[in-house]
Amino acid sequence: MAAAAVPGRAHWGLGFERRVALRFLLEGRFQTLLIIVGVAAGVAVVAYISALVGGLQRNTLEKTLGAQAHVVITPPDERVLPAWPAASDTQSLSDTQARAQRLRSLGNWQSYEHWLAERPGVTAVSPLVSGAALAQRGEASRSAAVMGVELARYDAIVGLRQRLVAGQFRLLPGEALVGQLLAADLGLRVGDRLVLNTGSRSDTVRLVGLLDYGIRDLNRRMVVLPLRSAQSLLDLPGGATQIDLRVADVWSARELAAGLARQLPYKVESWQETNAQLVSALNAQSISTTLIRAVVMVVVVLGIASVLVVSVVQKRREIGILRAMGVTQGQIMRVFLLQGALVGGLGAVLGNLLAVALIWAFTTFVRGADGQPLFVISLPASTAVQVSLMALVAGVLAAWAPARRAARMDPAQAIRL
Amino acid sequence: MNQAPLIQLQGLGKVYNPGLPAEVAVLKGLDLSLAHGEFAALIGPSGSGKSTLLNVLGLLERPSSGQYLLDGRAVQDLDDRALTQARQSTLGFVFQFHHLLPAFTALENVCLPGLARDGHVSSALRERGRALLDAVGLGHVMDRPSKQLSGGMQQRVAIARALVLEPALVLADEPTGNLDTASSDEVFALLRRMHAEVGTAFLVVTHDPRLAARCDRVIEMVDGMIASDRASAAAQP
Repeated sequence: MAAAAVPGRAHWGLGFERRVALRFLLEGRFQTLLIIVGVAAGVAVVAYISALVGGLQRNTLEKTLGAQAHVVITPPDERVLPAWPAASDTQSLSDTQARAQRLRSLGNWQSYEHWLAERPGVTAVSPLVSGAALAQRGEASRSAAVMGVELARYDAIVGLRQRLVAGQFRLLPGEALVGQLLAADLGLRVGDRLVLNTGSRSDTVRLVGLLDYGIRDLNRRMVVLPLRSAQSLLDLPGGATQIDLRVADVWSARELAAGLARQLPYKVESWQETNAQLVSALNAQSISTTLIRAVVMVVVVLGIASVLVVSVVQKRREIGILRAMGVTQGQIMRVFLLQGALVGGLGAVLGNLLAVALIWAFTTFVRGADGQPLFVISLPASTAVQVSLMALVAGVLAAWAPARRAARMDPAQAIRL
Repeated sequence: MNQAPLIQLQGLGKVYNPGLPAEVAVLKGLDLSLAHGEFAALIGPSGSGKSTLLNVLGLLERPSSGQYLLDGRAVQDLDDRALTQARQSTLGFVFQFHHLLPAFTALENVCLPGLARDGHVSSALRERGRALLDAVGLGHVMDRPSKQLSGGMQQRVAIARALVLEPALVLADEPTGNLDTASSDEVFALLRRMHAEVGTAFLVVTHDPRLAARCDRVIEMVDGMIASDRASAAAQP
């Protein structure tokens, strides 16, 4: 634009618009300050809520998915097939009793193991055998959920190592990891023995470690065994009753599961399907956040617009004289658009700082009963940038109508008043 | 010198609210020409159409009928952009209420037309602005915000601003209208001096017969028409 540069001074275009817009804003100091603070408050609310809900959702997901696989593959349900196809001219009245679902292995699962591990997005595969048993020690017995795993592979699915609260993290033949409440119920300590009884078979194992899943129900029932021990205990030699998968992006689990279900002769379920309520709660949260964002954005737009409308009316004469001295309609328009952008931009910077302060206050002062923060929240750079862009767009958008009005003002009339 | 007149009007009319009950014909077929470098006064009673004529000449309003040649170019059919361009390159304005931008300093106000045209203030422009402010006797206050200056000073800044891009014509609408006699004499003397030094043509609307008498030519309007157009005593050798 400006070819003839003044030494020592850079020109980045819009020189006239920039200077006039800045001066106009500085001139209406109080108004400008008020509206920037208003925009900042809006930006801070949006950024803080986004961070809070983001943190809450991450926390909820971590808690939920910490103890379960993202995708679970199980044998298809056994169904009763109609014995006689009904002839076209007869009515068939039948009453079919649903079949009892006996514990059985995924047919031919070993041949799919590697194939599954190579699916894009899959980060871990763990075959396991699970079934029910009675855990007994002396007079006491409790029902237990027996899970036979290859420890390292299962650890990759649910991060079991972090849940160990006592003993050692290992599973040799004849050893077991037990939920801490179950151990307490049976009066077990690390090193003690317990009997697992399925009705048809029983086995004696030694407790090597206590687990805390963070979920009472699991702590009260879980017994983790080596895969082979569980296979023989549950009478499924060489079998696997399910295969657990972990994926890189948790939200892609549903899609992956649907794809696998089409290709495998098994039942495939994603965590979204097993936790449908949680997913819809998370969605509802996201929708509320979007709604809050939209409302705040509208308020910000209206706030900036009202200030600029007043400013246009106040500056009629100045606009008139500028037009008389050869300032184009486009330049006048840009002066006001730039004011909107400046207000939006400054408000965004201030608002993000405010949001960081709010988040700091939340993590510092809001603590759970144990003195630990309830959950970690932070303002991701992407959110900050997104919210700032939103404020900038809101500023320009808000300035649009006042700017047009200023540009279209009849200079002769503006001067006369 | 240029042969073509700077301004040539033929049958120029201006009607407000055409077709409405409130229709008013403010200018009723004016013929007028103004040469380069002239210094003319436009006088007449209130409501005679002086300000409207000045606005039309200043390309701030469009005539309803007739022809307007500015520097040999018909301007009544130009679009807004071209009119703005023509204002920038040919015209300077001085208004009764000076209309400076209060947030800018005197020098910045003077340089504004150049800033608007080029997108930056070149050193040449700033030098010219300084020289003009020196010439109007405001060299010592050029870096003060214009709202801190007195009325007379502000009007002198406005005159410097009108001249900064070296227009062919300065249109002044009662430039001394809201000044006391002393300031008003001073400002008028300044207009004459700038005219003598720069050679810009001036058309000055005034109510003051004393000032009109100090112009080279006096055009009198009555009721939307030119009632008289004569060389004033000041122009006589």
